[in-house]
Amino acid sequence: MYKYDEYDQSIVEARVEEFREQAERRLSGELSEDQFKPLRLMNGLYLQLHAYMLRIAIPYGTLSSRQMRMLAHIARKYDRDYGHFTTRQNLQYNWIKLEDAADILAELATVEMHAIQTSGNCIRNISSDQFAGAAADEVTDPRPWAELLRQWSTFHPEFTYLPRKFKIAVIASEEDRAAVKLHDIGLQIRRNEAGEVGFRVFVGGGMGRTPMIAPLIRDFLPKEDFLSYMEACLRVYNRYGRRDNMYKARIKILIHELGADEYRRQVEEEFLHVKTLGLDPPAGEFERIAAFFAPPAYETGLPDEIDLSDPDFASWVEQNVHAHKQPGHAIVTISLKPVGGIPGDASSAQMDLMADLAEQYSFDELRVTHAQNIVLPHVAKRDLHTIWKKLDAAGLATPNLDLVSDIIACPGLDYCSLANARSIPVAQKIAQRFASLDRQRDLGEVKLKISGCINACGHHHAGHIGILGVDRKGEENYQLSFGGSGAEDTSIAKIIGPGFSEDGVVDAVEKALETYRELRTEGERFLDTYRRVGLAPFKEAIYG
Amino acid sequence: MEFETVRIVTGNDLATGDVTWWTGRGWSRHIADAVDAGAEAEAVAAREEAARHVNVPYVIEAKATPDGPRPAHIKDRIRAYGPTVRPDLSIAPADEGAAERVL
Amino acid sequence: MGDAIRFRDDEPHEEPAVTLDAFLGQSNATAVRLEPDEDARALLPHLDRLSLIEVAFPKFRDGRGYSAARILREAGYTGELRAAGDVLLDQIVPMRRCGFDSFAPETTLDLEAVERALYRYDYVYQKTVDIRPPVWRIRNG
Repeated sequence: MYKYDEYDQSIVEARVEEFREQAERRLSGELSEDQFKPLRLMNGLYLQLHAYMLRIAIPYGTLSSRQMRMLAHIARKYDRDYGHFTTRQNLQYNWIKLEDAADILAELATVEMHAIQTSGNCIRNISSDQFAGAAADEVTDPRPWAELLRQWSTFHPEFTYLPRKFKIAVIASEEDRAAVKLHDIGLQIRRNEAGEVGFRVFVGGGMGRTPMIAPLIRDFLPKEDFLSYMEACLRVYNRYGRRDNMYKARIKILIHELGADEYRRQVEEEFLHVKTLGLDPPAGEFERIAAFFAPPAYETGLPDEIDLSDPDFASWVEQNVHAHKQPGHAIVTISLKPVGGIPGDASSAQMDLMADLAEQYSFDELRVTHAQNIVLPHVAKRDLHTIWKKLDAAGLATPNLDLVSDIIACPGLDYCSLANARSIPVAQKIAQRFASLDRQRDLGEVKLKISGCINACGHHHAGHIGILGVDRKGEENYQLSFGGSGAEDTSIAKIIGPGFSEDGVVDAVEKALETYRELRTEGERFLDTYRRVGLAPFKEAIYG
Repeated sequence: MEFETVRIVTGNDLATGDVTWWTGRGWSRHIADAVDAGAEAEAVAAREEAARHVNVPYVIEAKATPDGPRPAHIKDRIRAYGPTVRPDLSIAPADEGAAERVL
Repeated sequence: MGDAIRFRDDEPHEEPAVTLDAFLGQSNATAVRLEPDEDARALLPHLDRLSLIEVAFPKFRDGRGYSAARILREAGYTGELRAAGDVLLDQIVPMRRCGFDSFAPETTLDLEAVERALYRYDYVYQKTVDIRPPVWRIRNG
C-alpha cells in the first residue's frame, strides 16, 4: 500500500487546518451558508436530511487495517456507531456535527486519510478494480497509476472549478469490475504488441439523468505521456464544457455535442502543446510509488485444495471467493448485504472485525467495492474456513455476491436531501422476497441497482435490473428498467413501462425473474436472456 | 377528517446539524412542538438564520393533527421522524408506532 | 469594488482595459479584458505589446479563467495578469498558481487572511506556471 511521506502528510495536515478555520468562520457568522457551502463541499461535508454528512475518501478503494479501525473509531466517537460504504468506494457518516468536523479530519490525517475533493466540481476520488494486485487476469497493478492521479488531481489549481464534478477510474484487466466506460474518464491499462504498458482512454461516459457510454478517445496512450494527456483532456473540458445548465455540464454532454472525433482532435492539439511544458513526473517518481504496491511476501507451497464438506462454507466459497494470481491464495469478498439489512452499512464492531481479519489473514489490506462490499484481497486458502467462521458470527458471511440480494442502493430519501423516493426499503423487500439462497442461486447472477433520484448514485442505469425512485404527485413511485451492465459489455438499461408502488415493484421484479427462468437456455444469465429475447415476454408477464 | 393547514418553519441546527422546528420562542427537535407561524413564517426564518440559531431554514405546509403538525411532503415527514429504516435512531426509538404515524 | 491586490513591483497600468473585440480591431491598446467565453489564444500573437490582461470572473464558480491564465503564461506573457470580479479568499491560491499576479475583487479581502492562505501549503503536487517545484521534483532531485 502507498505510504505518505512528509510532503503528502504536510499537505493533508494543512488542509485540516484550512478547513478548521473555514468551519470556525461559519460558526462565528463571518461566513454565510452561501459562502460556506462551496468550501464545505470541497471537503465532502454536505447538509443532508437529518444532519451533516461527511464523505471520506478511500483512494482507489484501498484501506489498511489501521485505517479501517480509524473509520470504526470515528463512527463510535462522532457518529452513531456505523458508516455507509458508497458506490465510489468511499465511506459516508450520516450524523456529523459541524463543530466536530475538523477534529474528525485531524484524526483521519493521523492514518493518512482525508475528505479532500469528495464533493464539489473538481476531480473526485479515483476509483479502481477492487481486485487490483490480486486478480489473476490483470496486466499490472493499476493502483500506482491511480495514486499518481490522486496526487496530480489534489488541489489541481486549474481544475478546481470545473463545469461539473469529474470521475476517473483505472483498471488493468479485460474484465471490467469498475465500470470504466461509465466514468468521465475511464482508463484501461494494456500492453501493445511491443509489450509496452499504456492506456486505453475512454472519455465522456456517465450515469445521472443522461446516461452515456464513453467513446474510445485514445487506443494506446504511452505511459510517459500519461499526465500531460490527462491535463489536455481536462483543459478542453474546463474551457468548453457547458456552464449554462448544470444538467448539461458533465463532459459527456460536451463530447456528445462536439462528437468524439472533434473532442479527440482538440485534445490531441492541446496535448502537443502541454507535452512541451514538462508536466510529467520522471519515471523515478512512478517507480517510487509502484514500489509501495509490490506483491506481499506470499507463503509458497500452500495447497490449493479446500475441504468443502461443510455445505454452508462451501456455498460461501463458491459465491464470495475468487481466484487469486498466487497459488494457494484467494480473494474473499465480504458481503455488506445481509437479507433485510441496509446495503453498504457496517457497524463499528463489524469494521473492527474486518480490520482484524485483514491484519491477521490478508497482509493488512482491505478493499471497498463499488458494489458496496468489502474485499480481503490476499488470503491463504487454508485460512478460508477460519475467516468464514468469524465473519459468520458477525453477520458478515452472507453468500450472495452478484446474486439478486447483492443490491446496490443509494441512501435515498431516508437520508439524502436530493432524493425523491426511498431506496433502502425497496432493497430490503426484494432481498426478503428472494431470501431463499437456493432460489437466488438458481436465478444466478443478477445485478440489481436502485437509485432514489435521477442523479443515479445507485447506478440503476447499469443494473441488469435497475430501479429508479421518482416523486409522483407526492407519492413514491418506482420505474423499472432492464438490460444495463457496468461490466466490459457496458450497456444502459431501458425503462420497461409505467412505474410501480414500493410493493408493486417488488412483485414486478419477481415476475421478471420467473419469466427468465422459463425462457433461459443453459448457462444464460437474466441479462443474456433479456438481450436474446427482448422486452416483450417480460412486459407481458409484468403488465399483461 | 380534514385538519387545518398550518405554516411551520424548519431547518437544521448550525453547529450540530440536528433537524429543528420553530416553537414560537425557540427551536425544538420535536415536530410536535412546532407552531403555526402563519404570515410571519418567512420573517421568522430570515431573522433566526441571521442570528445563527438555525441553518437553511424554510417554511412548509402541514396539517394540524391532534398528534402535532403533519408535513405535506414525505421528505419533511422523514426529516421529522428520522430514517425509516433505522427506527432505533429516530426521534422516538421506544415508540413502535411512531414511524407509521409520522409517515 | 474592493481594494486591489498586486504581487508586482512595477507601476500599475493606468489605461482602462478594452474588450477583446476592440483590442483585436485597433493596434494601440496595451490593456485588454477577457470574458470567460473568450479564447485567450486570440491574444497570443500580440503578447509583446500587452502590459495588462484582465480576466473576468463574473461568478467564482466559473473556472474558465484559470485555463486562460495558464495559457497566457505558458505562451510567455510576463505582463500584469489580473483576476477581476467575484474573487474570494479561497480562490487566491489556485489563481496565483495559474499565473495571476493581480486581483480586483468585488469585495475587499482581508489581507492578513490572504497572506495566511498563500503560505498555508508548503508543498504542491503539480508543476504549473508558478515557480513552486512539484513534490515529485523535490523527491527525485
